[in-house]
Amino acid sequence: MTRDQVLRDLQNRFGDDILDVFQKSPKRVYMGLKPRAIAWVGEYIFRELGARFNIATGTDTPEGIEILYHFTLEDLNLMLNLRVLLDRENPVIPSLGKSIEAVNWIERELMELLGITFDGHPDPRRLLLPDNWPDGVFPLRQDYTEWDDTAIRTRGV
Amino acid sequence: MGRSVIPIGPYHPLQEEPEFFTLTVEGERIVEVDVRIGYNHRGIEKLSETKSFDNSTFVVERICGICSTSHPFAYVRAVEDIFPMEVPLRAQYIRTIIAEGERIHSHLLWLGLAGHFLGYNTVYMWAWKLREEILDVMEILSGNRNNYAMFTPGGVRRDIKPEDIPGVLAKVDSIVPTLEMLRDAVLDDPVLHARLKGVGILSRKDAIEFSALGPTSRASGVARDVRKDSPYEVYDQLKWDMIVTQNGDVFDKAVVRILETFESIKILKHCLNNLPEGPINAGIESIPPGEGIGHIEAPRGETFHYVRSDGTNRAIRHKVRAPTFMNLPTYKATIVGETISDATIILASIDPCYCCTERMAVRNHRGRLLYDGEALVALSRAKTESLKRRMGRK
Repeated sequence: MTRDQVLRDLQNRFGDDILDVFQKSPKRVYMGLKPRAIAWVGEYIFRELGARFNIATGTDTPEGIEILYHFTLEDLNLMLNLRVLLDRENPVIPSLGKSIEAVNWIERELMELLGITFDGHPDPRRLLLPDNWPDGVFPLRQDYTEWDDTAIRTRGV
Repeated sequence: MGRSVIPIGPYHPLQEEPEFFTLTVEGERIVEVDVRIGYNHRGIEKLSETKSFDNSTFVVERICGICSTSHPFAYVRAVEDIFPMEVPLRAQYIRTIIAEGERIHSHLLWLGLAGHFLGYNTVYMWAWKLREEILDVMEILSGNRNNYAMFTPGGVRRDIKPEDIPGVLAKVDSIVPTLEMLRDAVLDDPVLHARLKGVGILSRKDAIEFSALGPTSRASGVARDVRKDSPYEVYDQLKWDMIVTQNGDVFDKAVVRILETFESIKILKHCLNNLPEGPINAGIESIPPGEGIGHIEAPRGETFHYVRSDGTNRAIRHKVRAPTFMNLPTYKATIVGETISDATIILASIDPCYCCTERMAVRNHRGRLLYDGEALVALSRAKTESLKRRMGRK
């Protein structure tokens, strides 16, 4: 399939789930999605279109918590970026790591850094933060404040 | 049979990414593996939000001590992708030269360490001796053996002087015969064949499932290289081959890296011989609101940076993903079913930062120490020795 065929194909299949499409450059397409649709749209792009999963980027924006899933279609030199926006008070989204192994770790990272709940994640443990990190403190949120005011050298690490 | 748990890691001050592996073994066989990371989480993404776009280049340069170019390279490309803009041709050539020089020394470093773990210290000595020549080349070109500080959004910070080029080419040429000798010696060695072939196989299917990157995926028959798939700088104007092998074992990963070194030398020499004249920096005045993505092929695979700007002089979000983040989980597929004496080389085969493998300790369920890190490396070497004896080699 060519680049345009891929975009049309996605529009035909998932027209109801796609909120907007923004073609930034020949190599980059951004696509707004309804959060619950990520499970099947992501899986379709990974399995049927044969894309590679690059990574997901979570951002705390004034509108809510945003996740960008980056997929690369290597044959077409096209990066598809799926954008979902979650409610800050209750950020819940279906897990893509449930079906795609490559997404497993980044969802664990987003879980602890931004406080997003991935519904159905097979292994929802912490990845980066230490075990004594308090629950409910998310370092990449904009309202994050330092919770431990002792200097690192006196923490007895 | 009773199960024992082998904790590996996590801390070593030299490591880029301290990791903690829990291997569950039944006798000699590994039946389960669990990986934990984050022991040296430095919060670079958060830190970068407090630095100006220019300063962040130097912050990300400190993420990795071995491939210190790959992060600034991906970062400046992400910033340039916000516009998007093209950098001057001479700057593109200089970026390519620095990136390929780094690939050569990084692959040689891996080859040396792999030899060391297997008890082939001759390979280790030779590879690191050759690496010194490349580090000298990098010092001539950039002023530093590592952390070159060559990159800036819009171009490069430092020009390559024409009078340096003949000396650099001579140095690069001088390592080629020795490297060829080393390549033939490593690839023809029956002991290494016996030791590495069929060990720690990552199947093509798993490489795709885990989205493995760089030499880890190319050794499993997945032709995946950002330099070919999404050419940046001058890679699409150059003649070079992507090295792809089919078996996915540790031996193939070594083959890919050794042969890639020769391709990198080819690219490096071509760029130095054909360096165009012109400016080296487009001079960015201000960065508009928007978002940009930069991804480049680092020695270990794709390095990915995402930058979002709101029009001020700082990024409001800067995401960094190093290739090892995608390659590490492949252990789940490669190490189960293998023996403890092969664990060191399998864990080393994706080229993570190494020092973790020297901090292994094997305990039985009562907590009595069976092997420590040195003993495990010794175990790995003893296996090589016994193979050598069996094959009638000293």
